[in-house]
Amino acid sequence: MSSPTPLPDATARDAVLQVRHIGKRFGATQALDQVSLTVRPGEAVALMGANGAGKSTLVKILAGVQTAGSGELLLGGLPFAPRSPREALAAGIVSVHQATEQLGVPALTVAENLLLGRLCNGHLPVLLRRGRLLREAAEVAAYIGLNLPLDAPFDDLTPAQRQLVALARALSEAARVVILDEPTASLSSREATRLFEVIDQLKARGVAVLYISHRLGDLRRIADRAVVLRNGRVAGEFAAPLDLSAAVQAMIGHEPSLPVRRETIRTAQPVLAVQDLVLRPGARPISLSLHPGEVVAITGNLGAGKSRLLQTLFGEQTWRSGTAQLDGQAWRPRSPADSIARGVFLAGEDRWRSSFLPVETLGACIGDLISFPHLGRLFPHGWLRPAHTDRIAATAIGRLGIRTQGPDDTPDLLSGGNQQKVVLARWQSQPYRLLLLDEPFQGVDVGARHDLIDAIRDRQDAATLIATSDVEEALEVADRIFVMHQHSLIEVDNHQGGAAVLATLQALETTEAAA
Amino acid sequence: MSTLTQNPSQTQHLPRWRSAVGLLRRYALFILLAVLLAFFGHAEPAFLQASNLLSILQSTSVDALLGLAVTVALIGGGFDLSIGAVAALSLMTSSYAMVVLGLGALPSVLLSLAAGALVGLWNGVLVFRLRIPDMLATLGTMFLLGGLQLIPSAGRSIVPGLTLPDGSVANGSFDEAFLAIGRADLFGVPLPVVIVAALALLAWLITERTRWGRVLYATGGNELAARLAGAPTVRYRFIAYIVSGLLAALGGVIIAARVGRGDVSGGSGLLLNSVAAALIGFAVLEARRPNILGTVVGAVFVGVLLNGLTMLNIPFYTQDLVKGAVLVAALGLTYGLSRGRRS
Repeated sequence: MSSPTPLPDATARDAVLQVRHIGKRFGATQALDQVSLTVRPGEAVALMGANGAGKSTLVKILAGVQTAGSGELLLGGLPFAPRSPREALAAGIVSVHQATEQLGVPALTVAENLLLGRLCNGHLPVLLRRGRLLREAAEVAAYIGLNLPLDAPFDDLTPAQRQLVALARALSEAARVVILDEPTASLSSREATRLFEVIDQLKARGVAVLYISHRLGDLRRIADRAVVLRNGRVAGEFAAPLDLSAAVQAMIGHEPSLPVRRETIRTAQPVLAVQDLVLRPGARPISLSLHPGEVVAITGNLGAGKSRLLQTLFGEQTWRSGTAQLDGQAWRPRSPADSIARGVFLAGEDRWRSSFLPVETLGACIGDLISFPHLGRLFPHGWLRPAHTDRIAATAIGRLGIRTQGPDDTPDLLSGGNQQKVVLARWQSQPYRLLLLDEPFQGVDVGARHDLIDAIRDRQDAATLIATSDVEEALEVADRIFVMHQHSLIEVDNHQGGAAVLATLQALETTEAAA
Repeated sequence: MSTLTQNPSQTQHLPRWRSAVGLLRRYALFILLAVLLAFFGHAEPAFLQASNLLSILQSTSVDALLGLAVTVALIGGGFDLSIGAVAALSLMTSSYAMVVLGLGALPSVLLSLAAGALVGLWNGVLVFRLRIPDMLATLGTMFLLGGLQLIPSAGRSIVPGLTLPDGSVANGSFDEAFLAIGRADLFGVPLPVVIVAALALLAWLITERTRWGRVLYATGGNELAARLAGAPTVRYRFIAYIVSGLLAALGGVIIAARVGRGDVSGGSGLLLNSVAAALIGFAVLEARRPNILGTVVGAVFVGVLLNGLTMLNIPFYTQDLVKGAVLVAALGLTYGLSRGRRS
């Protein structure tokens, strides 16, 4: 700490935030090792890195959630060591989390949420007049040209709108550095565009932005520089114009490669054939065939009905009308249990909500999680043999390259990509006919995504149907792509690739916006 | 106990095991229990006599049994505050069946158990069909049963020769076979201790070693995840409440058999003791979840503490304070001192 540091150079002196030789160790893991980076006012710096590279740890240190083990932080040239999120916020570091439920207080209105900081720190009188509240809230909203009904409950907002509210609030609290952690994870492309405009406004006002995302398109759009972390160290820095493929290479250590798209093998009998399935009253009926060995992706905006389709095929949502055949036999699932018994598996979106258990619960370790849906088949007499489930888990860990100490680890000890591998491993550990994957690449870095895609495309005997709101992900994983819009499907000409998908999406959004 | 440590979700604590502090925390309750036994034995040698230790177990057995009831409901994700009232209802039901209706031992026991199962079903309907939060629903049931059990005997305790509200006199009596449930010995060990030990072992095996236990834990932990994995979660949650009611009703039967009368105030204090046992159990082996072994250890711990204090002539009216303090200390041990993993 007291070792003499060289005088900061000119670029560092005008920096708003300097991270100097930060280190952080968790037990045997060196999460951060001598990490240094500089952020200047009005600049957007992308923080890139595979899962487990140390991005979240660095963000947590900046936001005062954790303290650094070694090294120092300078904010506006002065030493800065936040011991709590409150201190970090008071110093002007605002983090907007990817989890949208942490962005505000659901029970309050938009106006109250915009003024949350002032309401909490006592800068407003105890007895509030509605007029004054709305006036002040309108001022805050105006910072980013936010156009929302201020009286509406925060609960009613879309995830995108909640993020915008959080950003407006951040600005009103004299933010110097805004940290955005995977902000577009749950946004449609139109909503993301709106977010980027707001980020541009932040930059114009001299606010520094630290942007964490796995989406290269986002980074290309907003980042002035990129700092790449790998295994807790800075693996490279890239200035504008960003060479993203070089950055990705630095991030995962090798050249990314798209899987070879196979021409689909149309056998006589599809695994699943659906005729005239209606998801919602008034929606156009859906017909769809999935063949053995085929990977089909459905993309589309949030709320287009992707999850609904998957859940209907899985028996979690009621089947309204229409018919289907699974391997030629009539198929109309009444419950998830029904589907699982017939070899139709679903890995739900948001793994902590749909797949994992609270870490203290019995059966929360990854070995137990992987075998859980198959316990009835594995142990028909009810008596568990842990050696057997451990063996299944060990196989899965090896096959998918899950980075973990073993089947006894709970998923909270794993990075996002490895967590998602556990979810896939669960459903691929037993034979199946149809695998339904809802947002299987959520919070997953490029490296882990390729491992997941390889594992998904590895199955020749069964069909896979994937819902993802990210077009790039759909292009990477699928043999065929559909766009979902207002609970109906539109098939995209595959030979035109990504351009065709994007064109279809954009056409749909403009008609929607015009309507 | 050594078998439980092989449990997969326990072994992840291995690195911390090595530190003395971790070891201390893990076995804190066992260490405290040993210290208590040594202390009371030193202060009052009669404390460690086999007869006294057996009497501790005897007095602990009903608390442990009701603790199991709370634990099973908790594992399924529901709190059951009505178990004390269910035990009291069962106490009155079995007494009424024999003294007023003149039934034999077996029908009386079956009737009581049926009443307990019915209350469990009722709780399930309130919580899962009417969507009343579990604490509120079972609290309501508790008040309801507390009043209901007074009606048949017009608020009086049920003893042979009781004058009924309509003026007639009840001329039945407690069946000897029934009283044996609470009073007989098996190789010198009180029968209630044997019954509860057997049930605890069975419950432990089912919850920790079978797939049904895993499904119940998963249902309580994350119902959506359990359902999406194909588990019939609603059925499991109903069963958890019904089993909870059955166990509590058996507790009432044991009390009736031990006391030999249908005491209107016989169920008081049961809820506090059993909930304390179940929650202290969270701290046993750092499980931080409802678990059968922990509940039994928790019940024994409270029993030893109260018996020892009684032998040292500590006033009985301080008992609740002691129980409350132990409960808070155990919860502090579970949650407050072990934040290491979360970050």
